Amino acid sequence: MSNTPSENRARFGVPEDSMVFARGVRKSFGTLDVLKGVDIDVPKGSVACIIGPSGSGKSTFLRCINHLEKLTGGILLVDGAFVGYDLRKDRLYEVKDNELCQRRAEIGMLFQSFNLFSHMTVMENLIEAPVHVRRVPVEQAKSEALELLARVGLSEKVDSYPRELSGGQQQRVAIARAMAMKPKVLLFDEPTSALDPELVGEVLQVMRDLAETGMTMVVVTHEIGFAREIGDQLIFMDGGVIVEEGNPREMIANPQSPRTKEFLSKVL
Amino acid sequence: MSKVDTSKARPQPSVVEEVDRLVVVPRRNYGIWIGTAFTLVLSYFILRAFAVNPAFGWETAAGYLFHPSIMSGLMTTLVLTVVIMFLAIIIGTIVAVMRVSPSPVLRSFAGAYVWFFRGVPALIQLIFWFNLALLVREFSLTLPFVGEIFSIRTNDFMTPFFSAVVALSLCEAGYMAEIIRAGIKSVPTGQSEAASALGMPYRNILKRIVLPQAMRFVVPPTGNEAINLLKLTSLVTFIAVDDLFYSAQSIYARTFETIPLLIVVAVWYLAVVSIMSVGQHFLERHFGRSETRSQSLTTRFLRNAFGTRAKGAAT
Repeated sequence: MSNTPSENRARFGVPEDSMVFARGVRKSFGTLDVLKGVDIDVPKGSVACIIGPSGSGKSTFLRCINHLEKLTGGILLVDGAFVGYDLRKDRLYEVKDNELCQRRAEIGMLFQSFNLFSHMTVMENLIEAPVHVRRVPVEQAKSEALELLARVGLSEKVDSYPRELSGGQQQRVAIARAMAMKPKVLLFDEPTSALDPELVGEVLQVMRDLAETGMTMVVVTHEIGFAREIGDQLIFMDGGVIVEEGNPREMIANPQSPRTKEFLSKVL
Repeated sequence: MSKVDTSKARPQPSVVEEVDRLVVVPRRNYGIWIGTAFTLVLSYFILRAFAVNPAFGWETAAGYLFHPSIMSGLMTTLVLTVVIMFLAIIIGTIVAVMRVSPSPVLRSFAGAYVWFFRGVPALIQLIFWFNLALLVREFSLTLPFVGEIFSIRTNDFMTPFFSAVVALSLCEAGYMAEIIRAGIKSVPTGQSEAASALGMPYRNILKRIVLPQAMRFVVPPTGNEAINLLKLTSLVTFIAVDDLFYSAQSIYARTFETIPLLIVVAVWYLAVVSIMSVGQHFLERHFGRSETRSQSLTTRFLRNAFGTRAKGAAT
């Protein structure tokens, strides 16, 4: 057996506490190079925020982490293991659909457009994957779902359809749905970009609460204030590469690269 | 000027009176009047022709309306429609899923299927399947070492009814495949992406996320297809299946009461189509329920009536 965290750690020099580990990640769509060699380390329990202009490859990178996009080159390990492959000697074998699904289930993802299943009620949204992917008994899944809904403050919306909720409420349900799978890490793809300004706060508050419980999070965002307050690490991407990274508060106060300076001056 | 003089802005009492005296005169649309008059006159002549012309034979038609052989013909037509539609939805769903599959071979095969079965007239397909025996004399299954398991002559099972079911199901499935494919395409990609991110496998995503949502777009055109199919089954008269039209034909072939029997047939088709339209309306309401907020009471009622999982089971 291979692709075990311990072997990969020794071979690729993955730190012991690494949750997301990327080295030389490249991704092309045809002739378009979206990612041109990205290295990232996200330790367990930390919050990494990725900022950058549109088209800089930050969303694509996020989608590479849970293998929604296949890498063109480089390696990406989650909790020390490949998501879409098994490594034997020098060969990366693509894993079967079922195995990929089981591994993906450990990586939660949130989208800009929420993507709640629109034909299902909030409760059905929350228990769908636990019941059908994890084979959790329905009653247990339901009681866990109720707890999660209470955590995001939406207990009374349990029988509502997504259409009946505001954007902020939909995103909070989506967070609860991701949490229902008890993921190791949560990926946020611009979670507040589609929201009215007055609804952004309630979603950020839920994310803040999650960060406090020690959830590892990778957040692609335009909310610089959130990155400064919650982020352990700030990554500025442009043109498919990381231009600058570091402590959010220092980096925002005193950006080193002129490109970072220019970007921050526009969004702050 | 920064301040508005409010005393001037407020209308004087005399102005209010003036405003109240104004009367709106609707625009005269003479085209509508002429059209209305013409239509009324036309309707009068049509109705009179129907009522006065003895050749329509309304009494004769009424006498045949519940004639036993008409009734059994109607039954055959209904059974044909239901069976063919059922098979067409199943085959159509399979073809539609093939058409959106990642494999180019499956996609091309499904594309060729739709191209052929939609392209060749239904009547020709019908007569072709009825005459299958000319092409293949018998079907047999022979295994090496074991020998022949069974063998059946084509003519023995390709009865007119069976040919009609095979031919029209395959033909109708071509149309259904396109409808279902359009429904699948109408579901936003974010839905299957979110399901993937939750670790749901492809077939589960199709069955539980994409197809149930596609239903909302699929039901209205499927209702139209079912109505078309009901009328299309009258083609089976050509291969002597005793459907509604064939039964009427065999009566007027003896009695020469052609027009009254055609009226009987038309009345029955109209009646069934009307009932189907009502059914279609309720189906649309059922599958559109997560779309509308105002129907929440109806929604709850339907959910209770059909069970919480009814929506996924409707393919």
